[in-house]
Amino acid sequence: MKSIARLGAKGLYWLESLGDYGRFVLSIVGWIVRGPGKLARQQTLLQMFEIGVLSIPVVMITGAFIGAVLAIEAHPQFRAIGMESRIGSVINVSVVKQIGPVLTAIMLAGRVGGALTAELGTMRVTEQIDALRAMASDPIRILAMPRFAACILMMPALTAASDALGMFGGWFMSVQMLGVDSHAYWEYSRAALDVFTINNGFLKSLFFGAAIASIACYKGFNCGPGAKGVGKACTEAFVSSFVAILVMNFFLAMLLNAIYQIIWPNAGSIFG
Amino acid sequence: MSNGPQQLPASAGPPEPHIRMVNLHKRFGSLVVLDGVSLNVAERESMVVIGPSGTGKSVLLKLIVGLLQPDSGEVYFHGQRIDHLPDRELEPVRIRFGVLFQMGALFDSMTVGENIAFPLREHTKYKPSEIRDIVAQKLRMVGLENTEQKMPAELSGGMKKRVALARAIAMDPEVVLYDEPTTGLDPIRADVINELILKLNEELHVTSIVVTHDMTSAFKVGDRLVMLSGGKVIAEGTPEQIRCCAHEEVKRFVEGKATPEELQAIRLHQVREIAGEAMFSDL
Ligand SMILES: Nc1ncnc2c1ncn2[C@@H]1O[C@H](COP(=O)(O)OP(=O)(O)OP(=O)(O)O)[C@@H](O)[C@H]1O
Ligand SMILES: [Mg+2]
Repeated sequence: MKSIARLGAKGLYWLESLGDYGRFVLSIVGWIVRGPGKLARQQTLLQMFEIGVLSIPVVMITGAFIGAVLAIEAHPQFRAIGMESRIGSVINVSVVKQIGPVLTAIMLAGRVGGALTAELGTMRVTEQIDALRAMASDPIRILAMPRFAACILMMPALTAASDALGMFGGWFMSVQMLGVDSHAYWEYSRAALDVFTINNGFLKSLFFGAAIASIACYKGFNCGPGAKGVGKACTEAFVSSFVAILVMNFFLAMLLNAIYQIIWPNAGSIFG
Repeated sequence: MSNGPQQLPASAGPPEPHIRMVNLHKRFGSLVVLDGVSLNVAERESMVVIGPSGTGKSVLLKLIVGLLQPDSGEVYFHGQRIDHLPDRELEPVRIRFGVLFQMGALFDSMTVGENIAFPLREHTKYKPSEIRDIVAQKLRMVGLENTEQKMPAELSGGMKKRVALARAIAMDPEVVLYDEPTTGLDPIRADVINELILKLNEELHVTSIVVTHDMTSAFKVGDRLVMLSGGKVIAEGTPEQIRCCAHEEVKRFVEGKATPEELQAIRLHQVREIAGEAMFSDL
């Protein structure tokens, strides 16, 4: 009996937090719509540099290696059925649709999400967020909105960087190391990569960027006291954003594939 | 300000205090911090709040500007009830307040100059050159001229406190809440800050609420002293009344004398005894 009550209380608490998080995201979006003012715009540019530009190298490196690994793993299978020349299509579709956006999001959640939570959590603990409120400036406008906007704006660019290097890694491995014909490689890749597939990845990356920034900021804003509170907030932000990225990816994949089926009901497989 | 219908015309009684706190209660979990605090602060008055560590002095200041919400009780500013207002509606009220946080709460990603300029950039239409002048002037007032380019991390504790004070008064607020303005300062610097508080109060007619443990400062800047203990106001009066107060706890606080019970814990022979026992029990 008692445990059921406790479970219920926990469930309620979760629902309440979820509602709280929803309101948080809404007020960020509200500030973007209303116009956050000069200071927040400057901050957004600064954050685009910190969040976006500085993440490009790591995203490119991981992208290149994943592309190469895909080639290594797929090549024997394709050779077994004598379709080596078509390996490009499967590598590039995987990279552009799934691995590019998801890997970029995971890297960003690790590199940026943790840092954002720690920064804002420390500001919370040292009363800097209270100081903002006391000076009649909404901390959501000054702190959360620029980070949120920067993440959303930079995610597609980072995804593009990861995609490009993933494609290069796959090409390098397949063509230069494993001897697939370069012309065929690109021909089949181009056939498989339609505009919808490419935009599919970019669309998802926008959602991932929104999730990473809003979760990181929310956890930082609601951080518990002391260094321990900051540490805990960071861990929670990591875990929540990883889970959010993968769950969102699943549902977005279902949704986008359903839309694809509706628009091009006769579209064949990548081997078509 | 709003003249609600519930408000009496000025002639019908004493003037509405600048800030009025009515029966404030605040608890954190099972810890009762404020247990029915009612205080009035008149316009241009300087009220000092003293009391032992952890009695909720900082919490009281946060309740006044709505950074925390009371569990029950009310806060009025110029007769307008403000304790239940959401942040958005509190902003026009908060703009008229300056708050010095106990730990300074400087933005550590900004320079000293940017910290002080922050509220001016946010809420005024001053040109950058005018803002620069105001920042320099405020820094001069707290004795830190030419530190605009420093980062808060490069400053000593006392310097941070003074920068925070400069930021609190940047907007020329009509009420300033000081949370331990002289803690961590050397005696000379503390005296300068006391003079600054007095000057703001007397010349610029700022209403001030000063939380402090520094009795020299309390007697110097206070028109009225209030002692908080156990979540309640246990004494209230002019500096003279408090100095001569018969209340045992107030007297000890003002003179800085601990009771024998409070000293019990650190009696040396007892420490040895415990250490000795521990050694024997180890054998
Ligand atoms: N946000 C909070 N959450 C939980 N407890 C809190 C919070 N803020 C304050 N407290 C508790 O309320 C009590 C009063 O705190 P407060 O900071 O007001 O004390 P104080 O009178 O200012 O003490 P000091 O003179 O040491 O600054 C303390 O026991 C503190 O632990
Ligand atoms: Mg305090």
